[in-house]
Amino acid sequence: MLTAADVRRIAHLARIEITAEQTQATLAQLNDIFAMIEQMQRVNTDGVEPMAHPLGGRQRLRDDVVTESDQRDENMKNAPDQADGLFLVPRVIE
Amino acid sequence: MSELSHATVAELGRLLEAKDVSAVELAQLFLKRIDAHKDLNAFLDVRPEVTLAQARAADERRARGETGPLLGVPIAHKDIFVTRDWCSTASSKILKGYMSPFDATVVANLKEAGMVCLGKLNCDEFAMGSSNENSAYGNVLNPWDKTAVPGGSSGGSSSAVAARIAPVATATDTGGSIREPAAFTGVTGTKPTYGRPSRWGMIAFASSLDTAGLMTRSAEDCALVFGAMLGFDPKDSTSLERPREDFTRSLNDGVKDLRIGVPEEFFGAGLQDDVAVAVRAALTEYEKLGAQLVDISLPNAELGIPVYYVIAPAEASSNLARFDGVRYGHRAADFAGLPDMIKKSRSEGFGAEPKRRILVGTYVLSHGYYDAYFIKAMKVRRLIADDFQRAFTQCDVIASPVTTSVAFGFGEKASDPVAMYLADLYTVPGSLAGIPSMSIPCGFGKKGRPVGLQLMTNYFEEAKMLGIAHAYQQATDWHRRVPEGY
Repeated sequence: MLTAADVRRIAHLARIEITAEQTQATLAQLNDIFAMIEQMQRVNTDGVEPMAHPLGGRQRLRDDVVTESDQRDENMKNAPDQADGLFLVPRVIE
Repeated sequence: MSELSHATVAELGRLLEAKDVSAVELAQLFLKRIDAHKDLNAFLDVRPEVTLAQARAADERRARGETGPLLGVPIAHKDIFVTRDWCSTASSKILKGYMSPFDATVVANLKEAGMVCLGKLNCDEFAMGSSNENSAYGNVLNPWDKTAVPGGSSGGSSSAVAARIAPVATATDTGGSIREPAAFTGVTGTKPTYGRPSRWGMIAFASSLDTAGLMTRSAEDCALVFGAMLGFDPKDSTSLERPREDFTRSLNDGVKDLRIGVPEEFFGAGLQDDVAVAVRAALTEYEKLGAQLVDISLPNAELGIPVYYVIAPAEASSNLARFDGVRYGHRAADFAGLPDMIKKSRSEGFGAEPKRRILVGTYVLSHGYYDAYFIKAMKVRRLIADDFQRAFTQCDVIASPVTTSVAFGFGEKASDPVAMYLADLYTVPGSLAGIPSMSIPCGFGKKGRPVGLQLMTNYFEEAKMLGIAHAYQQATDWHRRVPEGY
């Protein structure tokens, strides 16, 4: 069973704000979900290789060459705040 | 003109080839229908001028002598695929107004084949959901019964194809998001082998499961469009290096002596009678066509939901970490410093279900729980996949219901996440294994709502599976039924 402290901890790790009122409802829902998830613990999986890709894909490597042209303007057109081709964020170093 | 809107992709291609209709006329017809059926809320972004420009380009290609079964045929894209010319939001507030600098590979492939895009389709936020109730842009209605959900997450795709406001639509399936909505709306919904369609430009949910597919009016239509849509893409690190295929090659193979595996676990408690009756009748139809039924067992399939709700949220929590209000997407208006800006932007931008899954995923990946949950789930995932391989030594195809019930009503499961998750009970095992699977209409259940039959074949056997579905669709007309008023 998760606790309210667990919910606050994972919410912080995930950078999700949860108000005090939401914490109890979220806790109840997460505990329902984990009660369902616990069913998988009853299967013996000793010696079973974890499956990450259905067909055991290997990571391909490509030649280390430039394949893209400069698309800075295109790639920045959705930025919430920018200047001189740079993404702007609040000051982090005083 | 209504008959034209009811035509299949195959039929539209022949009419275009014969110059009986132009791409521009088809685009106009469907744009008009989209507008007339706005209440379905299937579309999130429609830009007639862009659609018509694409249609004119297709007509010019034909005028220059180019041919092709898809050249000039309209299609609509689920809003999980990014597009240069329409907004790409994943039905989330966090991506409101986002304009992609590029087209997803799937979108580009279909455009290359000459398909004309009608716009972007509503879905559950980040493809997380089974009813389309998780969209930040409102519910999509089921044209068979407007009090019923259209299924999810590809609810805009299923509703649009069922209502004949698009002849075909792209969709995506992570745990059942093509097959479940297809079943709920009486259309043909197909998910190919994981890794065959490119994930490049598909807004990521759970990368080891996300698979692009289609909502169509027939298995034949799916075979035609898959031919242009699927193929190796070097830009997707898990794309499989397989040559392009003609997916229509097995359409007329028939089902004589075909062994259809019937898994007892998919007909147990929880399956409602109306669905069971329709599915059993479909199996009897296959026997009449010369197939034989074989009892099989998928003993670990019932663990699909628990396994899925570890793996998918874990991958989602990692994928959705990119939304930070810095490079694109929603940024909060009021904040105190950078960490607060990121936290507030995410909290305002994400809806309840993505937040819930991010939290579950963060927990199962966190220190001390990784082995107990994430690694354990990956091990059980292999047991589930192994069950399928054992079953395919006894049969050529597996048949089952797609869902335990017909489409449920709005609000019925919205407040109970676990009840909603169980809507994918029969579809999740195939997703975890990564095998091709599809839903074909096989009748109607309670309140006249459609029922789907699920077919599953082994890896890379899409053409065979579509042929098996086609045989059924040659003998029955469930897939040709149109909801009243459309």
